[in-house]
Amino acid sequence: MRQIRAEIGAVSKADGSAIFEMGNTKVIAAVYGPREVQNRSQQMSDQTLVRCEYSMANFSTGDRMRKPKGGDRRSTEISLVIRQTVEACILTHLMPRSQIDIYVQVLQADGGTRSACINAATLAFADAGIPMRDLVTSCSVGYLHSTPLLDLNYVEHSAGGPDVTVGILPKLDKVTLLQMDSKLPIDILENVMQLSTEGCKAIANYIREILLENAKQLEYRRGV
Amino acid sequence: MEQRLANCVQLTVNEKQFIENALLSELRVDGRGPLEYRKLSIKFGKDDGSAEVQLGETRVMSFVSAQLVQPYKDRPNEGTLSIFTEFSPMADPSFEPGRPGESAVELGRIIDRGLRESRAIDTESLCILSAKLVWAIRIDIHILDNAGNLVDAANIAALASLLTFRRPECSLGGEDGQQVVVHPPEVREPLPLILHHLPVAVTFGFFSNENLVVLDPTYHEEAVMTGRMTATLNANGDVCAIQKPGEQGIFQHIIMHCLKLAHVKAGDITAKIKDAVEKHNNERALQKIKRRSSSVSVDVCGTTARLGGKQNQSGGGKDNSHLDQLKPKDEANFMECDATSSGQVQINKKDEGSKNFTGGPSSWDPYSECVNSDLLKAPMDSEC
Repeated sequence: MRQIRAEIGAVSKADGSAIFEMGNTKVIAAVYGPREVQNRSQQMSDQTLVRCEYSMANFSTGDRMRKPKGGDRRSTEISLVIRQTVEACILTHLMPRSQIDIYVQVLQADGGTRSACINAATLAFADAGIPMRDLVTSCSVGYLHSTPLLDLNYVEHSAGGPDVTVGILPKLDKVTLLQMDSKLPIDILENVMQLSTEGCKAIANYIREILLENAKQLEYRRGV
Repeated sequence: MEQRLANCVQLTVNEKQFIENALLSELRVDGRGPLEYRKLSIKFGKDDGSAEVQLGETRVMSFVSAQLVQPYKDRPNEGTLSIFTEFSPMADPSFEPGRPGESAVELGRIIDRGLRESRAIDTESLCILSAKLVWAIRIDIHILDNAGNLVDAANIAALASLLTFRRPECSLGGEDGQQVVVHPPEVREPLPLILHHLPVAVTFGFFSNENLVVLDPTYHEEAVMTGRMTATLNANGDVCAIQKPGEQGIFQHIIMHCLKLAHVKAGDITAKIKDAVEKHNNERALQKIKRRSSSVSVDVCGTTARLGGKQNQSGGGKDNSHLDQLKPKDEANFMECDATSSGQVQINKKDEGSKNFTGGPSSWDPYSECVNSDLLKAPMDSEC
C-alpha cells in the first residue's frame, strides 16, 4: 500500500472538508450540508437528498485534459457510485427534507482516484459532523503476473490487468462498493477481495487516528 | 442529471411490505422463485447487426454499425468500440429525453466494461492500415420498455447484435498499397466480427433483510430493493466485470455465493443466445439458397413442377430481380450451403449450370403477389 496522508479542514467555507493522499494521488472533498433543498421538486419527506459531483482537474493527469463538452461519462458514473456508497453509510433518515452536497475534485491522479475520493468523502463527512453508521473506506487491488497487488498506481493500472475497487464498512464488515473490470477467474477474485478488505481496514485505522487527533486539536483550541 | 422524482411510480407502503414479506417465504409477485429469470426471447431485424431482446416485459433494441476512422494515438493497431444508450421516455416516464441521465450512463459503462477490458471483441482484427484507418464499432442501445433489469436485457441485446453484425470487407489497393477499397455487400460477402467469448451480465437485487437475494428484479422489486449488483461473466467462469455501486452493505460470503450463481445463469443465457443466433444465421443462409434454387427448379426437376410447381413459380417471380445481384455471390453461397446441410449441396451442384436463368415463364405468374415462405421451403425438401 502506498503512503497515506490526510488533512481535515482544507476548505474553510465548507461544513466539512478533507484532503486525502494515497501515494501521488491527491483528492480534495468538500461537504455542504445538511441545508435547505434547493430544488423543491426533489425534496424527500423522509430522508435527506445527497448530491455528489466528481471532477478531475485539467492538470491532474500527465497531459493536460480537455473537458469533453457533453459531460464526461466517467465522471457521471463515478459521481453516482460515490453518492450511493456514501448514502449507505450516513443516516439519511435523521435529516429529512434537507440536502447534503459533496464535491470531490482530483488534484493529482496516479491511479486509485475512486478509492481516494471515497476515503476523502468519509473524512469530510466526519468533519462536518454528519451522523454515520460507520466509516466507508476503499482501496483498489489488481492482479498482475499471478500476484495480487494492493493499491495500484497508474502504471500498474495501464498494464492491462484487472482492477478491483472495493469499498467496505470496516466495523460492520460489509462490502458496499465493488467494481471490477477485465477478466479474472472466480477463485482468484476471492483472494483478491480478501486482500482488499485488509487494505481497507488498514486505511480505516489510519482515518480513525486522524479523526482522533483532529478532535484533540479542536478540544485544545476550545480551551477544554 | 437527476430523474424527476415526481414522474417515478411511487409504491405505497403496503406494496413495499407485501413484496418484502412474500420474499421471506421465497415467493415473488410474478410467481417466480427468487433465482429464476423471466422468459427471454431474442429476435433479429432485417439488417445485419440489429437485435431486439424481450426479457419478461422489458424490451431493449440494439444496433451495431461500423465506420472507418483514425485510431487513437496510443493504440494504432486496434479498432475502437463505443456504446451509446438511449433511454427514451416511451419506456418509462421518469426518463428524460436528451442527454443521458445517470442510470443511462451507468448502463452504458457496465456493458462497455464487460466488452472492452475483457477483450471479448478482437479489436486488432479491425485494423486495416496501422495508425491510419481502423474500424470503429458503434453499438446503439435503445430501451423500448422498462419493466426492470435493463442491464441484463441490454447486454444480451448488445451481444446478439454483435454476433449477427457483418462488416464490409475491404482490401488494400492503389499504387502504393495504401488506398483502402471497401467492397459493398453485393460484391463481396461481409465478414462477421471476431468474438472471443460472450460476457453475460447477471443482476442481483438485495433487500433490507440481508438474506434475501433476488435475480432479475422487476420494476417494482427495483423500487423496493436497497442494493444491487451486476456481475458480468462468461461461460468459462471468468468474471469480466462487477458493478456494485454502493448502497446496501453485503457480507463477502454472500457476494461469492452470488458470483457462483451468476456463473450458472451465464452459462444458460450464453446457450440461449448462441441458439438464437445460429437459428437466425441458418434462416438467412436458407433464404439465400432459396432464391436461386426455387427459381430454377422449374427447368431442372420436372417432378417438382407437378408437386410444388405453383410454389416454384411464385418463388421465381419474387426472386427474379435478385438473381442479377446474386450471381457474384454464388461462390460464397456455395460455401455457406455446404455448411448447413449436405442435402442442399446437391441442389447447388444441379443448379450450377443455370446461373443465367432470367425467369421467362414466371413473368406471368399470378402468385407473385403473395409469397408464403413456408411454401418456398417446400421445394427444397422435395428435391432432397
